[in-house]
Amino acid sequence: MYRETEIIKDAPQFGEPGFGDLVINVGPQHPATHGVLHLIITLNGETIKDIKPNLGYIHRSIEKMCESLTYRQFIYVTSRMDYLSAHINNHACALVVEKGLQVEVPERAQVIRVLFDELTRIASHELWWGAMAMDLGAFTPFFHSFRERETINVIMEETCGARLTMNYYVPGGVMWDLHPDFQKRVKDFITLYKKKIHEYDELVTGNIIFQNRMKGIGYISPEDVISYGCTGPVARGSGVHSDIRKVSPYSIYSKLDFDEVLETGGDSFARYVVRIKEMHQSIKIIEQLIDNIPEGDFQAKTKAVLKLPKGEYYQSVETARGELGVYIVSEGGTTPYRIKFRSPGFSNLSALNHMIKGGKIGDLIAAMGTLDLVIPDIDR
Amino acid sequence: MFIKDYIKDIASALKSLATGMKMTGYYFTHHKEIITEQYPDNRDTLVLAERFKGEVVMPHDENNEHACTGCTSCELACPNGSIKIITKFDVDAETGKRKKAIDTWVYHLDLCTMCGLCVEACPTNAIKMAPTFEHSVFDRNKLVKKLNEDGSKVRAGVE
Amino acid sequence: MWSFSEIAKNIDLWLNDLVGSTWALVLEMVIAGVAVIGLFAALGLVLVIMERKVAAWIQIRLGPNRVGPKGMFQSMADTVKLLVKEGMTPDGADRLLFNVAPFIAMIVAMLLMAPIAFAKDFQLWDMNIGVLYITAVSSLSVIGILMAGWASNNKYSLLGAMRSGAQIVSYELSGGLAILAVVVLTGSISLTDIIKAQENGWWIFKGHIPVIIAFIIYIIAVTAETNRAPFDLAEAESELTAGFHTEYSGMKFALFFLAEYINVFIVCAIGATLFFGGWMPLHIGNWQAFNHIMDYIPSSVWFFGKTFFLIFLIMWFRWTFPRLRIDQLLNLEWKYLLPISMINLLLVTLIAILGWHF
Repeated sequence: MYRETEIIKDAPQFGEPGFGDLVINVGPQHPATHGVLHLIITLNGETIKDIKPNLGYIHRSIEKMCESLTYRQFIYVTSRMDYLSAHINNHACALVVEKGLQVEVPERAQVIRVLFDELTRIASHELWWGAMAMDLGAFTPFFHSFRERETINVIMEETCGARLTMNYYVPGGVMWDLHPDFQKRVKDFITLYKKKIHEYDELVTGNIIFQNRMKGIGYISPEDVISYGCTGPVARGSGVHSDIRKVSPYSIYSKLDFDEVLETGGDSFARYVVRIKEMHQSIKIIEQLIDNIPEGDFQAKTKAVLKLPKGEYYQSVETARGELGVYIVSEGGTTPYRIKFRSPGFSNLSALNHMIKGGKIGDLIAAMGTLDLVIPDIDR
Repeated sequence: MFIKDYIKDIASALKSLATGMKMTGYYFTHHKEIITEQYPDNRDTLVLAERFKGEVVMPHDENNEHACTGCTSCELACPNGSIKIITKFDVDAETGKRKKAIDTWVYHLDLCTMCGLCVEACPTNAIKMAPTFEHSVFDRNKLVKKLNEDGSKVRAGVE
Repeated sequence: MWSFSEIAKNIDLWLNDLVGSTWALVLEMVIAGVAVIGLFAALGLVLVIMERKVAAWIQIRLGPNRVGPKGMFQSMADTVKLLVKEGMTPDGADRLLFNVAPFIAMIVAMLLMAPIAFAKDFQLWDMNIGVLYITAVSSLSVIGILMAGWASNNKYSLLGAMRSGAQIVSYELSGGLAILAVVVLTGSISLTDIIKAQENGWWIFKGHIPVIIAFIIYIIAVTAETNRAPFDLAEAESELTAGFHTEYSGMKFALFFLAEYINVFIVCAIGATLFFGGWMPLHIGNWQAFNHIMDYIPSSVWFFGKTFFLIFLIMWFRWTFPRLRIDQLLNLEWKYLLPISMINLLLVTLIAILGWHF
């Protein structure tokens, strides 16, 4: 008892623990935080009274780094932010540079970008599905989801030359043309996906234990979603329109036929369903495009040294986790004067305390799983 | 109707559990579904995509000639300074003209992030990415490489 | 056919002749102790490799395949590794309790070996209160876990231990009531009598639906009692890192690990004894020829076959289901398993009184 009171005395700024409360550090090394997230939680028995996220363990000052990199170079760094949707991060940066340069991206490059964005989204959601099930104590789904994700990784490796941090998008298009096998591989993947996707429902979604762990847990109302600035599946799970692909379409998304997935539950299960349905929507987009890749250039002609005119530029895209915004202030030089990323993970994490307060430790893990946090994305 | 709901709950719960067990049972008995790659054993048959960005190499032809003119485009394109080109001036034996050429093409594999921007920037296609990935060594100095081979020179006609 | 009882009797006579009755008793106890410890080690090795293979195949992996033929010696290599590792005691831990806890867990598991009949006439201690003994001793296992969690001076351990306390104490009820179903049908709490009563068919076949319900409840309850997924709240890797044994390393950790697997073996052995007739071969009523053929399969094969089938079932659960939350775990026990097993017990009693079973 002596030790506990000592810790409480030393840490008065973290909530207000009362007598008999436990202050526990979840992380920075913890199996369920998927990275170096540090949560200082105050427990009363099993009930959580307060959560205080403590960030900065993987802060690499990417924003500052970008200020010393040219407009071609800084794109690759953003792959290291949200490494699970690296392509989409790069897409945001490429778009904002193109906006500044007034470059028209060839049709073919746009289609290629959208195809890879959606493949990335599926890969990211596959990994989330496995990791979330593992948080809940079921280990098998992790391996099953990696089987499908591996197929996507092979496609990436073949065309982009890497599996996770590809750096395939350049201002004005994409680095190389598609690999000749690309279409066949993607069709194989769609076949495999359609053959195996019912297993996801059998193994996890329909499971009574899983449903009890998820339903009604981590509720967040639409008003709170807006006030916390949550985006992506977290917002759409509460019924808030927030899909950037629909709200302010970029690239060719306005021409595509797909639905914004909206659920009204607001709990962990709603967020889970949103992500599962988003994978179906991504497959739908890929199916529309895979046979209709237009011929033409894959890269617009750009100058060797890129210089953005003086001004401010902003572009947001929908990553697998929510809205990623890239804001560039240019002084007219070859490097950005200031760059700021609005990352989805940061605002989604800020709602964690609101969601979980009063729940059990198991709820914290379950809700954190459905937030789909990528820690380098939060810290940058 | 409390009892009826109670029993219905239990029945649906057991059914959902049985569905999951049926699926895992299927995989337990069907070993052909196993997807494990036994990496060090399958080294001989392992095929990597030809575009795989493993390390930067400089291809030399049979006359020990490469295509690098020493323009340092790659050095400028590299975001993290993993390329350092040391140039020298060759004197042409016939005409007596001084010509810029590379002395050492230093490649820091330990700094490289395999972004491929140097390959993209190279005007003469002198360098490319090689699909190798087993880079681990015991001494970090071994990761600093000289890419141009000893005694090599620029291929004729490459400007 | 040779019988274990003959061998035991001969050894007993030989020792009595050799050293006199007192020392013969002491020596027999030593032999029994060594045999139990040997069985422990062997079972630990076999069960760990079995678990890893089952997990791997369910997870479309190959599993251990490097040490020995098809990786069969992997668990031995792991044991050697654990033996040479340092067993640390953290600062601020209650040293005595911390170091004693793994042994308590082991001793409880060992004590439970006593009344189990491994084969025909092969039993350490044929006591007339076998079932009572098992239910009584198995509830002691919570003490080892509580001690470990309390003494570790770690909040994760403490939470894990407290969870485990609530869990084991509650699930003992429905587990005990499920066992009672068989006891009521047999009319005896001696394990020998229970096995003998299944000579013309196992209880799971003879006892109609109530015994099947009792069996399902028993399997759920013992999965919870042995802290196995989906009831592994005491360890709860993704929540409490490793729960009550977070601070344990080396051989002290290995003892907990071993005790978990031995506990699984024991509860499955008891389940096999109660519901599947222990070493009793598959007999169907009056089919003399069929029964006779079945008798040719050694009784130990029957026993271990049934036990390992149940162990596989528990492993299958573990690698399929997600974990429950602590309040859901207690809900399941108090709102579902306990009422059902109570009503079930009434039904079984009715069947036993009216003689409706075969």
